[in-house]
Amino acid sequence: MILPAADSSGRLPAAFQTAGTSSFTEFLGGHLPDLLPGRRTSPATQGAHAVATQVPHGTTIVAATFEGGVVMAGDRRATMGNYIAQRDIEKVFHADDYSCVGIAGTAGLAVEVVRLFQVELEHYEKIEGTTLSMDGKANRLATMIRSNLGMAMQGLAVVPLFAGFDLETAAGRIFSYDITGGRYEEHSYHAVGSGSLFARGALKKLYREDFTADDAVLACTHALYDAADDDAATGGPDLPRRIYPVVVVVTDEGFRRLEEEAVGRVVRAVVEDRMERPGGPYAPLRVDDSDPTT
Amino acid sequence: MSMPFYVSPEQAVKDKAEFARKGIARGRSVAVMQYADGILLVAENPSRALHKISEIYDRIAFAAVGKYNEFENMRVAGVRLADLRGYSYDRRDVTGRGLANAYAQTLGAIFTETAKPYEVEIVVAEVGESAAEDQMFRLTFDGSVAEESGFVVMGGSAEQVAAAVRETYAEGMPLAPLLAAAVRALGQNGGEGPRELTPAQLEVAVLDRNRPRRKFRRLVGASLERLL
Repeated sequence: MILPAADSSGRLPAAFQTAGTSSFTEFLGGHLPDLLPGRRTSPATQGAHAVATQVPHGTTIVAATFEGGVVMAGDRRATMGNYIAQRDIEKVFHADDYSCVGIAGTAGLAVEVVRLFQVELEHYEKIEGTTLSMDGKANRLATMIRSNLGMAMQGLAVVPLFAGFDLETAAGRIFSYDITGGRYEEHSYHAVGSGSLFARGALKKLYREDFTADDAVLACTHALYDAADDDAATGGPDLPRRIYPVVVVVTDEGFRRLEEEAVGRVVRAVVEDRMERPGGPYAPLRVDDSDPTT
Repeated sequence: MSMPFYVSPEQAVKDKAEFARKGIARGRSVAVMQYADGILLVAENPSRALHKISEIYDRIAFAAVGKYNEFENMRVAGVRLADLRGYSYDRRDVTGRGLANAYAQTLGAIFTETAKPYEVEIVVAEVGESAAEDQMFRLTFDGSVAEESGFVVMGGSAEQVAAAVRETYAEGMPLAPLLAAAVRALGQNGGEGPRELTPAQLEVAVLDRNRPRRKFRRLVGASLERLL
């Protein structure tokens, strides 16, 4: 039985009534540690590579800030070696009302980490009656990634990108991670996953400090297109099947996932542009004096 | 050597129940009532930080009277149980009935096994897709559980307040008039005749079935004043 929710008298076990923690992960660690993703030990394998090509992997996630918030977008492909495991996987999630999380790496573990992270944030909010600070949330996610280090060393890494609107500083913020749980605050834009090099290059040239939300959405869509252009594991816009990237916007009004219809319009505009110019919009060759960002 | 006096089980249970009842009657009342779009929870509570009403899960809320440390302990246990169920199974598998059962067993065990019973009374409310699917469970200090419909008043001079609610309560009332009626009724609590309660003395929340996902919402500040 996975859930010994009650002892023989029917009374809730002592762990439920122990005071002192507002963390769901800590509660699980004390009461039912087997339910925590990081606590499982995987059987010894012949070669890390063998396992890594037998489970689905998620690919590229991009994020960019704009005045008053942050945008995150992810492509829809999961790969298993050279197979496409899924065409319409979702890798960008609602974390809480003011933050979102996107995950690259081993899809199965990633989805479990996200689920735990979502419960963790909501659990804290209900017990304490207030939300965690933006840094508190980012640190909490770092702890969860760190606990997966053993699996990561065997080729089953999970690498998240965390972003949200910080109510204290009233600005969008982005955090990236490495497999050891290292947490790094990024400025302006960032990308993770197999196509991230190309996406980051695109964002570097497209990014402007005076972006509106719509500009940021357009830039992220272009960046994903460039990632798919050069990385086999990243899925491009699938127009015939109407499978578009997942795009979310977080502002002081909270988390919002763009409707499929709205993303479709942006994606079609990007594809249209690329028909004219496959490499995407030109960035100015010389720094222009009138450019407000310089 | 002195021998302890023999106390019959009947007497022991009666004494414990009397003790718990007295403790619960000392505080202020809490009312939980069905309205057109869900369930309204109202408490007389001057504190902004120490809540008597709170969210347990997507469709489930908790209201309690009695000793703060004891019902807070039950509330936290409820949030843990609900989040554990939702995490291991699915969000839809967390039910008010399951939670009420766990509370009933726990309160019952505490009542029989320990010298001092919990001085608490709890309502677990779950909002459904329609008013017919709403559920309200009332749990008392000894672990008895009763399913209620319409409205529940507990704590303080509960009967006096319930009588005042009964005068105006009707099924399917809109939120504003029902809240006004609840506030008037809660003013009946206490010996010195009816009092006028201000928004600062109230803790109000709703389980609104029209909200997406998390149905629980606190009504505070301007939105509460507008409703009153």
